[in-house]
Amino acid sequence: MSEVTMPRLSDTMEEGELAHWMKNVGDRVEKGDVIAEIETDKATMDLEAFESGVLEKQLVEEGTIVPIGQAVAVIGDGTSSAAEPESATEVETPAAGKKQEAEQDTVSAKAKGEIESGELEEDDLEQSAEPGQPAESPQPATAEKAVEASSGADKLRMSPLARKLAHDNDIDLDAVKGTGPQGRIIRADIDAAIETKGTKGGRGPVAAAPAPEDADAEIISLNKIRKVAARRLTESQTVPHFFLTNVVEAERLMALRVDVNNGLANQGVKISLNDFIIKAVAIVLRQHPEANSSWNGDSILRHRRVNVGVAVATDAGLLVPVVADADRKTLSEIGAEVVELAGKARDGKLPLDQMSGGTFSVSNLGMFGIDEFTAMINPPEAGILAVGAASPVPVLRNGELIELSKMKMTMTVDHRVLDGATAAAFLRDLKGILEEPLRILV
Amino acid sequence: MSESASEPRIITYRQALSETLRAELERDENVFLIGEEIGVFKGSYKITAGLLEDFGPKRVVDAPIAEEGFVGAAIGAAMLGLRPVVEIMTLNFSLVAIDQIVNHAAKMHAMFGGQVKVPMVIRFPGGGGQQLAATHSQNLEVWYAHIPGLKVLAPSTPAEAKAMLTAAIRDDDPVIFLENLALYSVKGEVPDGEQVAEIGKAAVVKPGSDLTIVSYSRGMVTALQVAEEFEQKGVSIEVVDLRSLRPLDRETICASVRTTSRAVIFEDDMLSYGIGAEISATIGEGAFDYLDAPVRRVAASEVPLPYSKPLETAALPHAADLSRVVQEVLDATRFTK
Amino acid sequence: MADTNRRSKKKPVGEKPELLRNFYEGMSLVRTFELRASEMYARAKIGGYCHLNLGEEATVVGLTAALEDRDYLYTTYRDHGYAIMRGMEPSVVMAELFGKATGVVGGWGGSMHMFDLDKRMLGGYGIVGGQIPPATGAALAISFRSEAGPESEAVMCLLGDGTTNIGAFHESLNLAGLWNLPIVYVIVNNGLGMATTVEDASAEPDLYKRGSAYRIEGTRVDGDDPIAVRDAARAALKKARVERRPSLLELMSYRLKGHSVVDPARYRSKEDTDEAKRNDPVTAFRAKLVADGVLTEKDADAIDDGADKVVTEAVAFADESPDPSIDELFDKVYSTPVANAPRRLPGEPVVVLS
Repeated sequence: MSEVTMPRLSDTMEEGELAHWMKNVGDRVEKGDVIAEIETDKATMDLEAFESGVLEKQLVEEGTIVPIGQAVAVIGDGTSSAAEPESATEVETPAAGKKQEAEQDTVSAKAKGEIESGELEEDDLEQSAEPGQPAESPQPATAEKAVEASSGADKLRMSPLARKLAHDNDIDLDAVKGTGPQGRIIRADIDAAIETKGTKGGRGPVAAAPAPEDADAEIISLNKIRKVAARRLTESQTVPHFFLTNVVEAERLMALRVDVNNGLANQGVKISLNDFIIKAVAIVLRQHPEANSSWNGDSILRHRRVNVGVAVATDAGLLVPVVADADRKTLSEIGAEVVELAGKARDGKLPLDQMSGGTFSVSNLGMFGIDEFTAMINPPEAGILAVGAASPVPVLRNGELIELSKMKMTMTVDHRVLDGATAAAFLRDLKGILEEPLRILV
Repeated sequence: MSESASEPRIITYRQALSETLRAELERDENVFLIGEEIGVFKGSYKITAGLLEDFGPKRVVDAPIAEEGFVGAAIGAAMLGLRPVVEIMTLNFSLVAIDQIVNHAAKMHAMFGGQVKVPMVIRFPGGGGQQLAATHSQNLEVWYAHIPGLKVLAPSTPAEAKAMLTAAIRDDDPVIFLENLALYSVKGEVPDGEQVAEIGKAAVVKPGSDLTIVSYSRGMVTALQVAEEFEQKGVSIEVVDLRSLRPLDRETICASVRTTSRAVIFEDDMLSYGIGAEISATIGEGAFDYLDAPVRRVAASEVPLPYSKPLETAALPHAADLSRVVQEVLDATRFTK
Repeated sequence: MADTNRRSKKKPVGEKPELLRNFYEGMSLVRTFELRASEMYARAKIGGYCHLNLGEEATVVGLTAALEDRDYLYTTYRDHGYAIMRGMEPSVVMAELFGKATGVVGGWGGSMHMFDLDKRMLGGYGIVGGQIPPATGAALAISFRSEAGPESEAVMCLLGDGTTNIGAFHESLNLAGLWNLPIVYVIVNNGLGMATTVEDASAEPDLYKRGSAYRIEGTRVDGDDPIAVRDAARAALKKARVERRPSLLELMSYRLKGHSVVDPARYRSKEDTDEAKRNDPVTAFRAKLVADGVLTEKDADAIDDGADKVVTEAVAFADESPDPSIDELFDKVYSTPVANAPRRLPGEPVVVLS
């Protein structure tokens, strides 16, 4: 026994009207016989039986509209038959004449209404606006409403660039007079507003007229790097910290460096003192995992990898690219990587992933002749090492006056993560390895 | 062919095309040319002069006036692995073959499940300004740029013509290769040796900081002329050559406008629904925050192009129009140097 | 309808019973497949357009029997039967009709675009006459790369009676005649465009004569006799191979039903449809073979049952096959990868601000 369903008879058809039964209940039906006529949106078509048998049930009355796939009849072997339609599905009865296509969605009808009501906003605007200047070029009808809202109306006109600059520089757009076409606020207006703001010592929103130039000071606006740095350094101030200093006898380190560079001379590789320090720091961090940690708000994060940030000074500001897994890299690898990172930093081409993920930082001002200094923590790292210049110092040893090279290191420590003793142990071991520098190589 | 970089020669766009066709015919025996009057007549613009004599009638095929027929035939030959380079006398006549180009060449690879390739080039010159009247003066390349499955190239110099035609012939997809009547005699430096362009990339042909002009094909001549004119006045204009209309290199265009904050598009086709419309929408979406003035387009008037010289001149876009619009944009942003 | 002296009285004298049996198997398979496709369309398993070879089975079987493996076939959109007889599996053809990933062209073409490069069935074309110039170009390629001879490749290009009026037909035949191309153009004349008769569409309704403007010989053949069709096609292909001359064949047949599954064909008179049914080539061929003792009724029934089984399995395969993945939507646009090829779904940003 099988159901005969309303067939799909055209690519646009979604429902059909069972116009006329051609076979009666109880009639023998052969495969291919026409059992009914179907009225579709395009034509009247034949409903052919796909199987042979007896037409046992007519499930819908003539004139009923039925969606595609719904049963309209049952063909069986003749053992069961009923005159009443069994199906309880609700179907539409059509009006006289053509049947409709798919019904309008009530949702889409609602949406249309919303769009229409949205236009009210523009109408309101028109009524409240002062008569504006006529548009200079022909505009479509809807745009005219926006054009008239120039001076004194609710909507400001500004170029996207002006808006962005205003936002980035905390300029109040309402206070800016637009000097572009149709009173549009343009970049020049924002630039002027920024100048005025700077000149008046940041006394709040700028007056509409452009401020007079100040001959004694030049306003340097902050680039992105400096802005971010400013924010983070301010953040760094909130970290409870303390400082530890020690002094490293750098003779052997400097000698080893010369040897190493001689050995690598024909490869064109040059290792710097700082590269040695980075590697040494990395090795000692591996030995002191508590120093390779970060403050995590309500816990401490102990990092599994040792990623050392190396402070690089660029024209645009201070950047700290990260040498990842510094404990696992050779000196030459670290040397090459630091050169590459510094170069990228200066060219402004440092990608984000090479600027993040650091677990400890090293800052070296030795090349500027600084003996010692304290660096600011790079949150959320727990420590930063500030390295000064290695300089010759007279020392009395065994009654004799000799010259030794000494280098001062100052570590700034986040007290929430490390206490004095732990930090001191770290620094002691760092001194130890730097004074027996062969340990850096093995 | 010659070895590594020697002195670049100065040759015409026409010569660059001709030499490239010759080089590819020599390099790959599957390459053949087909078109009207390309053999005995040496080509209506003399691009194919000498090739019939050197390669014979099976490599340089003179077709009757039957664009739909011979473009379709080229498609069939490409399906069997040959690499036809079809010459249609002008872009205007390509409309006769548009069913074969758009419904067949462009779609066969996808429609047949990736089984078959259509490695062919269809080259033709567009452009007006020679008083050839409405049906012989059109720039309808945007019709083809709209169709997925096609690649559409527009070289603006002899060097680009060489490199891009080489790339097009070696590409396994149907490539529409847009030349221009006014460019055929333009001279330029062309490097020796194999030059294969990258399809799908635009180029900053003249770097600048104050305003971006975007153009392609013959429009580039005007764009560079106007850029130079403004350079003398201290305005630094960056000129972007689209080079490839499909695929379109939107990133290069947007990157330029993000730097300059001002954009003017110069196009030979008509304004509405033209190439510039797409560039403008792209800039609007990709460089929105960086625009200090609306993007402007300088394009042809929307009229069947008249024969009479003053009318024709008035309807077509020229350097003066571009200069004026560039100045308008500079003024709208109160630009000072 | 045109003249009725088109019935050839050719007896399949001398044909091997095995061959005749194979012919009937083919015709029965195509008939069963197309009827089932019609049902599947009504069940909304097949979408779009669906044009059937019902009534054309003898032509399908005869033409494909004449083709060698090395020949190229181009057809109209009425291509299911040709695809199957050219060697494509019915299950894979049905899967394509259902739009599945396992279909002949991965669900990318549907009913009108059956294509198999290995089997040299080069489509399946939705545009009326669109196949004719490419078919002509394929013949051009053959003429370039090989010599004339009995082993040469050739091209067969099918088209409908209505197609003989479109420009592409004339431009292509001109090229073929001019350039001596190895191609056979086969007009399957079922008397009707959709509802427009041949007489109302063609100034020269004897379509086999329409090649004369291009000095291409034309022959009219009884499209209901698979042997006659095969013989005529073979002769024309031989001429293409050996003489490198094109030919035109006009095969006279009937459409059993409407132009496509959605056409109830109310424009045909009852006499016309009755005559079509009376001349049903499948039943006629079956009757002839039984009368000639090549098959018994039982044999014929067994063949029909076999066809039914194959088609039922094809439907099951198609049903169970997966849809193609949305991920591959952009993969088939280009053959050579290229920078900046668009891969955006509707509404996705045009440029991502960096």
